Amino acid sequence: MNPNLKIKLGRISLKNPVLAASGTFGYGEDYSRFIDLNQLGGIITKTVTLEPKEGNRPPRLAETPSGLLNSIGLENPGLKVFLREKLPFLQQFNTALVVNIAGEKEEEYLRLAERLDRVKGIDALEINISCPNVKTGGLIFGTKPRLVFSLVKRIREVTDIPLITKLTPNVTDIAEIAQAAEEAGTEALSLINTLVGMAIDVETRKPKLGNVTGGLSGPAIRPIAIRMVRQTFQKVNLPLIGVGGIMTAEDALEFILAGASAVAIGTANFIDPKTMIKVRDGIREYLRQNNIGEFKDLIGWLNLD
Amino acid sequence: MYQVIAEVLSNKNITLNYFKITLNAPEICQDAQPGQFVHVKVTAGYAPLLRRPFSIHDTRDENLEILYQVVGEGTAFLSQKEKGEKLDLLGPLGQGFESKENFRKVILVAGGIGVAPLYFLAKRLLNHDSKISDQAPLKSCHPKIIVLLGAGIRKQILCAQDFKNLGATVKIATEDGSWGYKGLVSDFLAETLLPYSKPDLVFACGPLPMLKKIAQLSRKYRLSSQVSLEQRMGCGIGACLGCVVTSPEGYLRVCKDGPVFRVNQILWERL
Repeated sequence: MNPNLKIKLGRISLKNPVLAASGTFGYGEDYSRFIDLNQLGGIITKTVTLEPKEGNRPPRLAETPSGLLNSIGLENPGLKVFLREKLPFLQQFNTALVVNIAGEKEEEYLRLAERLDRVKGIDALEINISCPNVKTGGLIFGTKPRLVFSLVKRIREVTDIPLITKLTPNVTDIAEIAQAAEEAGTEALSLINTLVGMAIDVETRKPKLGNVTGGLSGPAIRPIAIRMVRQTFQKVNLPLIGVGGIMTAEDALEFILAGASAVAIGTANFIDPKTMIKVRDGIREYLRQNNIGEFKDLIGWLNLD
Repeated sequence: MYQVIAEVLSNKNITLNYFKITLNAPEICQDAQPGQFVHVKVTAGYAPLLRRPFSIHDTRDENLEILYQVVGEGTAFLSQKEKGEKLDLLGPLGQGFESKENFRKVILVAGGIGVAPLYFLAKRLLNHDSKISDQAPLKSCHPKIIVLLGAGIRKQILCAQDFKNLGATVKIATEDGSWGYKGLVSDFLAETLLPYSKPDLVFACGPLPMLKKIAQLSRKYRLSSQVSLEQRMGCGIGACLGCVVTSPEGYLRVCKDGPVFRVNQILWERL
């Protein structure tokens, strides 16, 4: 038996449920030296902003137990360079292409969406309302249901490209934010972005990150992400992309059983560029061993007896 | 650029907390250039989570050598690897040292474990490498390579004899004066060499204060200098933008735009 790994997230069709998470995979070129990008379910690009963004002062990384703190700060070359130099490379591959966008003001998101609406080969936009490393925009939008609703709705009005809203875990009730995005017409949700964290060098008494605080990723945050996927799955009727510390197929399966229709892999790419391929193969093997012909049947199959 | 599973052929404690590990990695050896690095997964688990970057110390046919000092968790794990074990490597990565063709005099400056990439460089510069000697010989005149090795104490001076065997002139500086010049290797360079004769190129690797001093001297004497920098790395291949340093034109990635930079590419006061 060869299980069917195909999955639809609303109007977004994936040939398998494993995507590269935004911010960890650049625009694909660097990793194409190590893996065949055609094997992936999808690629979510590093965040694109309207204008180029320099990012935060270094140091930008600190390793913590089973985790990684980063404060990159959305460094990217801006929309113009993205369209001219990065997008043509990504368009060559037979994999879903999701462009992650962020802005400091609602207007910037709208202008990005309008411009990308005219571009061929983009399967979805992921709306970043959850970056903890920028002072304005990003996370500010993602913590207030009213702002999430307004932003997603307005983007919805300027483009027909399917929208994925990426949620922050740095809130009291993630399901409430998820519902606001659902009402506004998002096609799917990605969760979770990084958790705000901090580390200090006791010798120098300085923060380990130049930006003082950063976003925590890696296996350390996985149990929180699983809980939030489960919580959101119970409250909304949208496909969910589970993100947060997935290193192996077993980790990905946890998300799927909790209710995710797909998974995105981030930090693990740094440790092993082949992680996504291994996770896809591992999911297929699990389905085969359990005699499940359709991947989609496994979604949310949590045994609570 | 490859991802390979390399077998450990040996892993020796050379002196104090310095080790040399030899790995069988034919593809990486084939492409490696002096100054490039390999990104090594030192454990199978998540502690530590990230790979560790090490500059390439030497290649001999299919065998890759890494010279390293045990300074933290990652290097401690690496030092425990035994013959026959396997290590997951990415490499060769980054931009290495660039050398002009017609140089006559080159100075290599190593601070402590910074000597690691300079041996491979000296070997290439002096043509002791099958890959280069197969090609047309470089200029007939033999370049003069002066290697300055600096460390705290005599026992921390590594590879002195190896450089001599290549035909390089070796000079030593130790902070306690137990071997050679007493003081910092950068002061040795400033006081005893640069005032008398200008080298065509300076290549350096070592602690940040040493590199800053070399940047200063390079401005003063208008030297063309290249330095190898270190920074905490994520992916190691240019994607995550975690390991940046500041340049006059914005941030540069140590892993992909470096680790070797020309001194004037870096805003030293921001490091």
